[in-house]
Amino acid sequence: MKIDFIHKQSAHCESGVISNLLRFHGLKFDEPMIFGIGSGLFFTYLPFVRLNGIPVASYRVWPGHIFKRFAKRIGIKIERQKFSTPQAAMLELDRMLEKGQPVGMLTSVFYLDYLPAAYRFHFNAHNIIVFGKENGRYLVSDPVMEQATDISAENLTRARFAKGIPEPSGRMYYPKNVPDNFDLEKAIWAGIRQTSDDMTRIPVPLVGTKGMHYLSTRLRKWPERLGNRKAILWLGNLIRMQEEIGTGGAGFRFIYAAFLDQASAALKNEDLFAASRKLTKSGDQLRDFAYYAGRVCKDRKSDTKSFAELADMLDQCAQEERRIFSELYALSKSK
Amino acid sequence: MNQDNVPQDKENLNEGKLAKLYYATDENGHYVKVNSVGWEPETVAMQQAWEIVDKDVEEARKKVMQGKASPVLYFMKKNIMTVPMLARYIGTIGLRVRLHMLPFFFARLSRKTKEKYAFTFRITVEELIDQERLKQHHEN
Repeated sequence: MKIDFIHKQSAHCESGVISNLLRFHGLKFDEPMIFGIGSGLFFTYLPFVRLNGIPVASYRVWPGHIFKRFAKRIGIKIERQKFSTPQAAMLELDRMLEKGQPVGMLTSVFYLDYLPAAYRFHFNAHNIIVFGKENGRYLVSDPVMEQATDISAENLTRARFAKGIPEPSGRMYYPKNVPDNFDLEKAIWAGIRQTSDDMTRIPVPLVGTKGMHYLSTRLRKWPERLGNRKAILWLGNLIRMQEEIGTGGAGFRFIYAAFLDQASAALKNEDLFAASRKLTKSGDQLRDFAYYAGRVCKDRKSDTKSFAELADMLDQCAQEERRIFSELYALSKSK
Repeated sequence: MNQDNVPQDKENLNEGKLAKLYYATDENGHYVKVNSVGWEPETVAMQQAWEIVDKDVEEARKKVMQGKASPVLYFMKKNIMTVPMLARYIGTIGLRVRLHMLPFFFARLSRKTKEKYAFTFRITVEELIDQERLKQHHEN
């Protein structure tokens, strides 16, 4: 069976899945709009939480939060399920497809064999939509892919029941109710208020623009503290977090700037477009940061001078973003 | 980033399967969507991450060849897993998985446990215990 479903590519998997699912249910939201209203942008650096021995740096909110916040602000009711056995999970999926309902689900990238091999690490919070089954293979709309694709039942089962952190446990979801009308203006300002608040006003040095500043101070000392090999490794990991699959460039800054651009058009608010332009500029600086970091990684030489320069670049971005989001906070408060 | 500056580096790891979506600006600063086939700094960072995986796999393979570790170690590294993760797949605790990585304990595993490992690594039990094949893995 095949459901009449339109796949559109997006940069980030979570906002992309929401966008594609809602289009099926008759609501038109472009990806940046969902990312912005769901307050997807963030920054955290957690030196004491390590994945494979490398500290966690993230340019966005925890997986699942964009969906939760967006659904709340627009007023969409989501039905969520999780399962204890793969058999039950696949049976329920088949039942939903029989009913003509495309289903979003959490998967592990490791088992999605339509992706290039280089991307297939154990990342267990990737969102995809399954919208049909043909000849025993499931039809998949993976938001990061240009076209819809398909996957074998075995690989999909494994992807849905991958172990590690987090465990998808066959989680799947679909909109139960979509509202006929909603207050877009209120939702946009609520999204902006939360993001600008998160970025500038949480009194913890590890998050928001303070976290970016903190990372820059730590980064400066990496060559002495860690030695050549590890410093390069940690820097490479930072580039991957910022630029690898799903960020739309510059650690989600460009998606967010696109959101501000679209919001400015929707609300006819020139201030938001001005903020979008500033964020574009500071995003360009983050791209420069990744570019020079990539050069350092390629040469495999971690001299203190280049790390100090990289730290300066990052710190500059932190200050710039601090200004942008403080302004946005003041703006959203006045609404 | 201006839409004309979206990188299109031909040397990438995408196997022609993927052209990622980027958000870039037009001449007026408004956003448009542009596909990109690859960007060098990102490719470098990814290659670097895979080099470490490959090095770990090769080290594990040598250990197994020398009789210092069981094939469980090799296949765990090959599947980029960690001990706690593998323990979750097998349905046991990390300590037992660590023991199974020693040839002494691995030789005494029941067929059922070996099947669990083989299923997790997506191979047959024969492939799991066949050390000759491991030698060839390197040559390939």
